[in-house]
Amino acid sequence: MTTTAEVAAITEERREYKYGWTTDIEQEFAPPGLNEDTVRFISAKKGEPAWMTDWRLKALKHFEKMDEPDWVFLPYVYPPPDLQGISYYAAPKKAPESLDEVDPALLETYEKLGISLSETKALLGITDAAPAQAVAEEQSGEGSDAPSGSRQVAVDAVFDSVSVATTFQKELADAGVIFCSISEAIRNHPELVKKYLGSVVPYADNYYACLNSAVFSDGSFVYVPKNTRCPMELSTYFRINARNTGQFERTLIIADEGAEVSYLEGCTAPQRDENQLHAAVVELVAEKDAKIKYSTIQNWYPGDEDGKGGIYNFVTKRGICNGDRAHISWTQVETGSAITWKYPSVVMKGDDSKGEFYSVALTTLKQQADTGTKMIHIGKNTTSTIVSKGISAGRGHNTYRGLVEMRKTAKDAHNFTQCDSILIGDQCGAHTFPYVDVRNTTATAEHEASTTKIAEDQLFYCTARGISEEDAMSLLVNGFCKEVFSELPMEFAVEANKLLAVSLEGSVG
Amino acid sequence: MTTPLLDIKNLHVRLEDDPAVEILHGVDLRIMPGEVHSIMGPNGSGKSTLAQVLAGKEDYEITEGTIAFQGEDITELGPDERANAGLFLAFQYPVEIPGVSAMQFLKAAVNAKRVAEGKDELDAAQLLKHFREKATQINVPYEMLKRNVNEGFSGGEKKRFEIFQMAVLGSVLGILDETDSGLDIDALRIVSEGVNSMRSADHGFLLITHYNRLLEYIVPDHVHILVKGKIVKSGGKEVAHELEQTGYAPFGVHEPVGA
Repeated sequence: MTTTAEVAAITEERREYKYGWTTDIEQEFAPPGLNEDTVRFISAKKGEPAWMTDWRLKALKHFEKMDEPDWVFLPYVYPPPDLQGISYYAAPKKAPESLDEVDPALLETYEKLGISLSETKALLGITDAAPAQAVAEEQSGEGSDAPSGSRQVAVDAVFDSVSVATTFQKELADAGVIFCSISEAIRNHPELVKKYLGSVVPYADNYYACLNSAVFSDGSFVYVPKNTRCPMELSTYFRINARNTGQFERTLIIADEGAEVSYLEGCTAPQRDENQLHAAVVELVAEKDAKIKYSTIQNWYPGDEDGKGGIYNFVTKRGICNGDRAHISWTQVETGSAITWKYPSVVMKGDDSKGEFYSVALTTLKQQADTGTKMIHIGKNTTSTIVSKGISAGRGHNTYRGLVEMRKTAKDAHNFTQCDSILIGDQCGAHTFPYVDVRNTTATAEHEASTTKIAEDQLFYCTARGISEEDAMSLLVNGFCKEVFSELPMEFAVEANKLLAVSLEGSVG
Repeated sequence: MTTPLLDIKNLHVRLEDDPAVEILHGVDLRIMPGEVHSIMGPNGSGKSTLAQVLAGKEDYEITEGTIAFQGEDITELGPDERANAGLFLAFQYPVEIPGVSAMQFLKAAVNAKRVAEGKDELDAAQLLKHFREKATQINVPYEMLKRNVNEGFSGGEKKRFEIFQMAVLGSVLGILDETDSGLDIDALRIVSEGVNSMRSADHGFLLITHYNRLLEYIVPDHVHILVKGKIVKSGGKEVAHELEQTGYAPFGVHEPVGA
């Protein structure tokens, strides 16, 4: 098993890679610092139209007047991200060129999670510019031969992705579904982007969302037309080669009237990302009778036992049920990052619309999470469900923070909240901050909460049946999370199971 | 010469958290394959402690003596290693495990044992077949396996599920810790039939009980009386009958024995 120290070492190594790489392709980096030039540079690099550049600049102007909020509950003090020290546009970082260059311990972790060799290569970014281009060409329908100059190992990995990518692109196009990067969408579908970008999370919404609006690098765009059920689950996994740009992701998903889509974010595997700050924005728009299901498994670098290193995961995710009977469901499994700070929310504007939030957040080592949701009831008969499972181990601190807001118009609205925490060991913490704001007398809100320790008698019962203590622990924790895992697509649920087991290794005894 | 299934010699046990409290003061017990033994004793005599120590519970410290299972000293082994070697403890109070189905739980247990034995893990189809066979043998409704472990089980269901687990795991020594407590006659009969269906020349049982009611259904070869951490009398099944007449009074304890 990769110890945290080893992971730290790998991350450190890769950081050095980055610096060694800058001189070679200097022109691909924006000079560090946040100012108008940076924003214009990014926008120009992406070939964006003027309206997009203006939007970014408006955001920047607003951001300069903002202060980082200080209400988050993080018992361990963290150094604030150095926003002037970041380079806001970076060419793909140097990836290892073959598996031989990769730390065997990291490979072992992947193997434990049951990730195939080709997937592993793709995840580690073992590929160079040529095949990545090939993927892009293939996707845009121009076709391409096998990139000849590249290494065999990279070609294999890319071939896998190419074949998958093209078959599914065709199927999606037949259904009329648009699934592309947000940069492509800005160029090719400006009318949709103009209409919806910032419509759920305005650029001035909050500190990090505002920063994202100014400097967002890339992300996904999905549009599902009226009365269309997206023929497959969409996943960023297929675009993994084009990643490395994910520091300020921007995702926009629109389900038009009567449409339905399920989107899986991020990793089907542990992404070890060395970026310190992740400030992403995800916007979901569900029109009348539309349904969006958004699932996340997040396993970024958590830092070491003493809380050194690790990702700041400061993300704004929000969906709006624009029309009647619209339905938005968030499911998240958060096991990585040094600090997780996010509240995937649903604004239920349409009558009879529905919002759901299912969450498992695990903090171990010295990780901290302040996460939960906001359910804003505006329409009549709107219903929301919140199921939050917090697991604290090591010296981790896990906070659930949730807002249930019933506006005056929310006649007969209903919320159910269930919020459970489990503690493993005696140096961790679980905290709950539920806010309930009801302005309509016919609206109802239920809240159930529990905090338990992994019971010794449960562990003994399992081990007395021959199950090792570590397996017993993961069995118990998975049982605790069952209601959330059952919301995940099948293969994601299996993965979530394994991920928890790996994350909790060494937490016993 | 046959190796004893279980061979306990001069076992002294005290509480780990409170070393001043010694619970077992030198227990000797030998169970040969095929034998059914019963340990009877009043409340607080150390019966349940003995059961937990045999299964490897960590709250106790062995200060003297040894426990050998099939000729191997298991004193230093963890509970999982003992279970995988073929020792089974049927709990007095089976524990609920929310969110974990009985099927999932047993799958983990069966495959842990197989891996410990150097065998391949069973796949889903093989496991289901195995579970079905044992469910029939122990008279357990197969539907029970779809429920979460012990969650919402009645007292009788819990005890039946314990015996079922022993059958599924194929353990050679079953230690039944007050399995009869809280059972009505019908439940007791079903549980006993399950145990009797497993009796064979290879299997041994240690029945820990307060009352002799259970022993009318599962007839022991040997009965031992444990009082204040020591075995004070051993004999055949007649010992249990005598005890019913006299109670624990001859051993200085005033507590009824009858059901």
